[in-house]
Amino acid sequence: MSVPDHAGKSGKAFQKAKEEGRGALIGYLPVGYPDVPTSYAAMAALCGDGDNPGVDLVEIGLPYSDPMMDGPVIQRAGTSALARGVHTRDVFGAIEAIAATGTPAVAMTYWNLVDRYGVQRFARDFANAGGCGLITPDLTPDEAGEWIAASDEHDLDRIFLVAPSSSDERLKATAEASRGWIYATAIMGVTGTREQSSSLAPVLVERLRALAPDRLVGVGLGVSNGDQAADVVSYADGAIVGSAFVRTLLDAEDAGRPGDFSALRRVVADLADGVRRTPRS
Amino acid sequence: MTLPDASGHYDVFGGKYVPEALYAALDQLEREFTSALADPSFMDELHRLQRDYAGRPSPITEARRLSEQAGNARILLKREDLNHTGSHKINNVLGQALLTKRMGKTRVIAETGAGQHGVATATAAALLGLECRVYMGKVDTDRQSVNVARMKLLGAEVIAVEAGSATLKDAMNEAMRDWVASVDDTHYLIGTVAGPHPFPLMVKEFQRVISTEARGQILDTYGELPYAVAACVGGGSNAMGMFADFIDDPEVHLFGFEAGGDGVETQRHAASIGGGSIGVLHGTRTYILQDEDGQTVESHSISAGLDYPGVGPEHSFLASRGRAVYEPVTDAEAMDAFRLLTQTEGIMPAIESAHGVAGALRLGRRLAETDPDLRPLICVCLSGRGDKDIDTALTWFGIDGLPNDTVGGVK
Repeated sequence: MSVPDHAGKSGKAFQKAKEEGRGALIGYLPVGYPDVPTSYAAMAALCGDGDNPGVDLVEIGLPYSDPMMDGPVIQRAGTSALARGVHTRDVFGAIEAIAATGTPAVAMTYWNLVDRYGVQRFARDFANAGGCGLITPDLTPDEAGEWIAASDEHDLDRIFLVAPSSSDERLKATAEASRGWIYATAIMGVTGTREQSSSLAPVLVERLRALAPDRLVGVGLGVSNGDQAADVVSYADGAIVGSAFVRTLLDAEDAGRPGDFSALRRVVADLADGVRRTPRS
Repeated sequence: MTLPDASGHYDVFGGKYVPEALYAALDQLEREFTSALADPSFMDELHRLQRDYAGRPSPITEARRLSEQAGNARILLKREDLNHTGSHKINNVLGQALLTKRMGKTRVIAETGAGQHGVATATAAALLGLECRVYMGKVDTDRQSVNVARMKLLGAEVIAVEAGSATLKDAMNEAMRDWVASVDDTHYLIGTVAGPHPFPLMVKEFQRVISTEARGQILDTYGELPYAVAACVGGGSNAMGMFADFIDDPEVHLFGFEAGGDGVETQRHAASIGGGSIGVLHGTRTYILQDEDGQTVESHSISAGLDYPGVGPEHSFLASRGRAVYEPVTDAEAMDAFRLLTQTEGIMPAIESAHGVAGALRLGRRLAETDPDLRPLICVCLSGRGDKDIDTALTWFGIDGLPNDTVGGVK
């Protein structure tokens, strides 16, 4: 199957899943929680092992002091990571730890961290470490001139978000500015698990498909179990999961076993099963 | 060129660094705001409320006894403390609450630091029949409990935010999170000239009335423009209101006084322009307090209303162009001015406003040395009254709330 240029690096993970007749699973964990080395190990655990499939793409979260798109679970992990001294540069080690499992990685970061590091310099160091691109929750194409130039120069993916409230005009412009895939937020809200599947997400993905038929779409916010993931990949190309993974790490630390990934592995297995459940046309 | 540009930039400052989910709401807000400003019925209603409800115009008081301590300067106070609810915050809140109704929304949310903006928002919500929720850092609900009680009495719901540093910036994060999920029926009534476009522009326009009145009042009474206008700067809404109509008068100096806390050199301050660097916070590019990684650094000020690690983007622009001058005022200088104004004029200012008064005193004394022949008029925006700060002041001055003596009792 030929991969279009705008599928970029991280889009290949979606394409590979497609070839296997299933949806892709994208898993988020923040770097630095419960500490930097353990977070690297947790991200590697996300990727599965041997006969146990894991996520197809890791989304490395950079903890930020003012995470306006995050709910309480990711906030708590991020605040702890910052208090324990995580730095922006720790994302590069995370990419290498994930690459050792053969799984590609993107990063999710609020814009001030990249701005402060220097957009060009961050793009260079991130590409050198082997990262695929960035998900930017508070940077839309409107303010992304410098990032678009730097990501072109260093061949990095630009994964912008779209929302149920996005106008057709903005959906189209965002799709055109994106490379890799497009992150569709399933609900109007912040990160965190939701019991019910979103009714807004299928409509949003359908609108996006009509306006930008050749683009890959992942759906996130509120997706936490195999059933929900199966539902999401029945209409989208990938399901994005964060808080459900982070929750297992918070619980493990609360139980005094911060390096215990057994619950994490169970959630991964359930979700990996979910994206394989619905046969795709 | 008129600023901001169409996408909300003041040169390199400003803009919209927000989740895509909020774009539709910001676009709607910008459209409605623009059409409302041009709609005589909207402006008539706003002016009616400013006059009959808030008590505008606010007077200018010449502070004669205070001015004895200010070199050769005559200090004029623009009395925003006399507005209904006790501060300039009502100006902006009435405008945005009317816009909320115009947009067909039924609920407002707000962040508040000292509680002044929260009280003003709860007040306008009561007046216009809007549901109201106010987010306030846990540290601030503890130190401003009277304002929490006022908001609750007005029918608002007050939510204490424990996340992060549990102060104003975290209250703003929480309000943004609420807004992303509730934007269909809810307006986020931001209290200062910060946040994403169009908030800095809109809040400035609703606060412009301060300088429109002051300019006319000073010309009427003194027959000349002031040498300088001055105001405290946290997010910077009263300062932007005080500056707005004077920006195009090149002979009028503009001074903003930021919260210097323990002193900018101690790192315990809230002076974003004087002691910060350029970054992105709460949807706008501006001067912020941040560490080497771009994580927001906690600000420190005795004044809860100035305790914010960012500043409105137009202030950053005015500073970068040298059109306005920003200087830090320490906690100690502000409290000295608080006592001096109270005991020379019988006007107890909010501690926020005391920073502006301290700065004006410093400016007057400095001019007496550099330009001894000058008799400058300095107009300070007295942005709020000090009732809410009595506990803080008693602690600072080591005064107890007991009488000096007791008489008339029979043992």
